[in-house]
Amino acid sequence: MSKRILTIFMVVFVLFLYAPTLLLPIFAFNDSTFIAFPLSGFTFDWFASLGAAVELRGAAINSLIIASISAVTATTLALLASSATVRYRFPGKGIMIGAIMVPMFLPEIVIGVSLLTVVLLAGFQLSIYTIIMGHTLICTPFSIAILRSSFQQLDPSMEEASLDLGESRFSTFRRVTLPLIMPGVISSLLIAFTISLDEFVIAFFLSGTEPTLPVYIWSQLRFPRKIPSVMALGTLLLLLSICLLTLSEIFRRRSARRLGQKDNGGAW
Amino acid sequence: MSLRTRLDQDARRGLSQISLPFIFVMLLLAVPLVILLAMSFWTQDFLTLDRTPTLNNFIEAWSEPIYRTLMLRSLKISIIVTFVTVGLAYPAAYYMSFIAPNNRKAFLVFLITIPFWTSYLMRIFLWKVILGYNGVINASLMGIGLIDKPLDFILYNQLAVVLTLSHAWLPFAVLPIFVVMEKVNRTYLEAAQDLGDTPFWQFIRITLPLSMPGVVAATLIVFVPTIGDYVTPKLVGGPDGLMIANLIELQFKKANNAPLGAALALSAMFLVTAVAAIFVWLNRRYLKAEGAA
Repeated sequence: MSKRILTIFMVVFVLFLYAPTLLLPIFAFNDSTFIAFPLSGFTFDWFASLGAAVELRGAAINSLIIASISAVTATTLALLASSATVRYRFPGKGIMIGAIMVPMFLPEIVIGVSLLTVVLLAGFQLSIYTIIMGHTLICTPFSIAILRSSFQQLDPSMEEASLDLGESRFSTFRRVTLPLIMPGVISSLLIAFTISLDEFVIAFFLSGTEPTLPVYIWSQLRFPRKIPSVMALGTLLLLLSICLLTLSEIFRRRSARRLGQKDNGGAW
Repeated sequence: MSLRTRLDQDARRGLSQISLPFIFVMLLLAVPLVILLAMSFWTQDFLTLDRTPTLNNFIEAWSEPIYRTLMLRSLKISIIVTFVTVGLAYPAAYYMSFIAPNNRKAFLVFLITIPFWTSYLMRIFLWKVILGYNGVINASLMGIGLIDKPLDFILYNQLAVVLTLSHAWLPFAVLPIFVVMEKVNRTYLEAAQDLGDTPFWQFIRITLPLSMPGVVAATLIVFVPTIGDYVTPKLVGGPDGLMIANLIELQFKKANNAPLGAALALSAMFLVTAVAAIFVWLNRRYLKAEGAA
């Protein structure tokens, strides 16, 4: 009895989660400047209009640069932090890893304004580099969550064997450890990339004259005429996110299989 | 090799690996927060910064009615959102962990996570489309003839903010509860059943207390960032639905009063940390009383 109620609840729950997202493609193909029902017709115009938007191209390039650099930096920092916490005991471990995870539990606006204050006081210019700093900060904890489980599932005897056979620490990492945790590393890169690509508040505070994609979208939302194009752009971003996530999920599962563990369903 | 030198070597290796990410966080988070704190004790007149320390910004932040109203409203909204989110996420996580067949679990987790990774800005904006004057709800209600003209009270208020924020944070609340439920030892439930406990009491006495850590994690994950949300109140809140983040942004940008903005941001952070700490403390006490901790 209660089983059936819960199953119905779950179906409604998933529908509720997806409902707004399903509207995105509907209005992206709707032949009207007004985002409202009833629908008027089918068109590809809004997608075509994206090709002509010069600012959009600049924003997209900025976002790609920021997301790539943030993802690589966050994953590198996360590799160091998770390797240290999973494999070694040292004084101050709890406090240090706690501090590194803090950005996950802070309102983004606090991170945004504190970095903005430093930049203003130091007299720096706001640029894509200031955004990269903020994004690396918030991506690192997510990358650690993923890589920590990779390191936990790694059999230490593999590395010990390599060290006993005379490989140096560095080449053991490069030739034994890294290949074994590679799916986790790729999954971390993709997740960090996706977070940075989508992040708005920090980028909004820290962007100067070069907007990111979400900052550009935000500026367009003020003009009702531009909204159908934004819907088309949103649809493309949605497809991109789904592709990246599916890839990341495939790599995560491969990682679980490679490390000989049963699938526990997620980086959590 | 003695045990002691081995440990020392381990410790050194661990410390050298963690030092880089730790220094990074110190430079980009701890130092900026300290500078933000310093800033909140200064005063700004247009572009000149007066560095004589004063408490005026905090006094203004806590006594001026508009700031106090928005601060308390933000707190109220994030508490309601947390209740709604965790309340809906709990049965969903329960279904995923206890009812769904094992080979479906990974897929369900994936299904729940996808909407969370789609553009945050677009998801919030789409709620405006759903709740708007010519939106989905009004169009469908008029379509089935329930109303003659669009309802104009469903968008631009605090309820719209609560609905939109709850939707945005749902996946984030499901996952931690699900992970903790997965660790609940199923043999306890079998033992309780063998000893004649009904399913209801099994849930109350075993599953609920053992899944509480997940509920606490979900509560913190939703509650803390929600209080500082900027996009949702701006897009669907209207004038009565604005929250503290909108005011902080105003101080830093248009109003040119970064010190007051800093004081508001730190006050909000303090408020949210205090409420979260009280919640965690109460929960520890409850668990201890239950004998589950």
